[in-house]
Amino acid sequence: MSAVVEAPIVQARGVVKDFAAGDESLRVLHGIDLDVRAGELMLVVGPSGCGKTTLISILAGILSATEGEVRVGGRALGGLSARKLAAFRRETVGFIFQQYNLLPSLTAAENAAVPLVARGERLGAAEKKARLVLERLGMGPHAGKQPRQLSGGQMQRVAIARALVHDPAFIVCDEPTAALDAASGRAAMELLRDAARDPHRAVVVVTHDPRIYGFADRLAEMEDGRVTRVLDEPAAIRALSH
Amino acid sequence: MNYVQEHAVGAIAWRMLTGDRAKYLGLVFGVAFAVMLMTQQASIFVGLMLRTAAQVIDVTDADLWVMDPRIIYVDETEPLPESALWRVRSVPGVEWAAPFFKALSVARAPDGRLQQVFVLGVDDATLAGAPSRMIEGSVEDLRRPGAVVIDRVGALFIWPGEKGSETGSPRRSDVGRTLEMADRRATIVGTAETSAPFTTFPVVYTRYSEALRFAPPPRKPLSYILVRAQAGEDHAALAARIAAETGLKALPWRQFAWETIRYYLQRTGIPINFGITVILGFVVGAAVVGQTFSIFVLENLRQFGALKAMGVANGTILRMVLLQGAAIGILGFGIGIGMAAAFFEITSRTNVDLRGFFLVWQVAAGTAVAVALIIVGSALLAIRRALVLDPAVVFRT
Repeated sequence: MSAVVEAPIVQARGVVKDFAAGDESLRVLHGIDLDVRAGELMLVVGPSGCGKTTLISILAGILSATEGEVRVGGRALGGLSARKLAAFRRETVGFIFQQYNLLPSLTAAENAAVPLVARGERLGAAEKKARLVLERLGMGPHAGKQPRQLSGGQMQRVAIARALVHDPAFIVCDEPTAALDAASGRAAMELLRDAARDPHRAVVVVTHDPRIYGFADRLAEMEDGRVTRVLDEPAAIRALSH
Repeated sequence: MNYVQEHAVGAIAWRMLTGDRAKYLGLVFGVAFAVMLMTQQASIFVGLMLRTAAQVIDVTDADLWVMDPRIIYVDETEPLPESALWRVRSVPGVEWAAPFFKALSVARAPDGRLQQVFVLGVDDATLAGAPSRMIEGSVEDLRRPGAVVIDRVGALFIWPGEKGSETGSPRRSDVGRTLEMADRRATIVGTAETSAPFTTFPVVYTRYSEALRFAPPPRKPLSYILVRAQAGEDHAALAARIAAETGLKALPWRQFAWETIRYYLQRTGIPINFGITVILGFVVGAAVVGQTFSIFVLENLRQFGALKAMGVANGTILRMVLLQGAAIGILGFGIGIGMAAAFFEITSRTNVDLRGFFLVWQVAAGTAVAVALIIVGSALLAIRRALVLDPAVVFRT
């Protein structure tokens, strides 16, 4: 049973994104309207090149929308300077990348502590908090290992710990199961679904993987830079995965 | 950004740098090698140039050198009339003026071995111009008939089979040995440590009157006049006064040394040939330092992208890279300077041909500045890519 709360953490209204392509501009998002509610795990699905990654980049404050408005936690991102956007990401967003992007020379605990360090905590104190999160995710025995000593599934857990450690209101996750076997992928999604159960947090997952559609509270389907439909009925979502 | 955050981010930057031990050591030793190359080549060049003025530098008791106005460097002597000495002594501000003889002669050892030598004749009365660093014997022994003091390494050239201290074995004393110069017998009464001359010929010190017998006698014997200024006298002003009143050229010793060095710089191929080596040392060193550090930054570009995505500001990333550069620079510089110092220390002990070469502190300081500029420059060039990097790159595979 979903713990979805109606208040949207993320609101996108009429979001348009153009990229320069030589002398011309290429429109990759065509007026996206989307809400992601607190306590919700939303999947964004669609074929390659449909604009999923661009959309989450805008929602996370990495890219700026050409037109339209994005609000996260009630804060409008339009017009924020690069410095303020960086501060917004530091405070509000947790990231899980497809390639994990763990710093190879840091231990799992140090990697998971990076967002806290970026917010101004001492490495030692941040590492302690990160270890607690890693333990919660079953990674306690591996906290002192470097990424090269970990399996893909374990690295994904470290990446999830890193996204959770600073208790962000919004987590964006890009293809979390793309590099994982079925069991590891399911385990990772269970962790993300648990993370989304926090009533003050929303999780958006971009994926190609129909095996994980069943974890979604809602599912937004995209095509050619548009959200073509949003499914919120578990049965309809499950049907899509088959 | 507060101190704690700087400290913590610095710790991450340090871990990023040292996490891959092999790469980290490669960077540090790349810089160390470049530093050693730069300092070693430049110091040898400086040492070589100092050798050209060795005989001026070794005369420590005179403030001024007086010479024929046409002389432009120490090895080009144009004898002065004896009367020049009296004219110089009469110039106000001169404490004393002493004759100095400089000539080349051929020394013959008792076993028949021949060696070209510099014969330096110092004032009979005061011994002004005599060596200041005696190893064996005393300068006063020069007052004995036919007495000479020879430089330590010069004796090794004349009696090469007895390296002594160079090999760690005891060497028999050179005092009491005899030489023949210009068909006159000279007895060694002492050995001295002198600066290595440019041509590496042994240097033989004797009294002025003896020197005239040990070298082919010139028509006029007075090579230079050594002058001590009265206390409080401005050396440059006194030199100008001597020149005005005698028509001779008078230079403070430091200026004469520089003019000698400048002569070799301008009139010989040394600066071009060796300068190219020095410049190549710097270019290769700069390339090694710049390239290795740029590659390190570029290899970490994706990691910096991830940090930017997570909200680490550009300024923080810049400081992280500069910190990494500073760490590599300081460690590499320290090791490189240590290697260069060890090189000079070891070679000066084991090879007499390399005596007089040392790690010049100005070269070390210049290399430190060069390494700092190269590191900062290459860091800024490389980090430019990270600063303009679209953090969305981390969402791309």
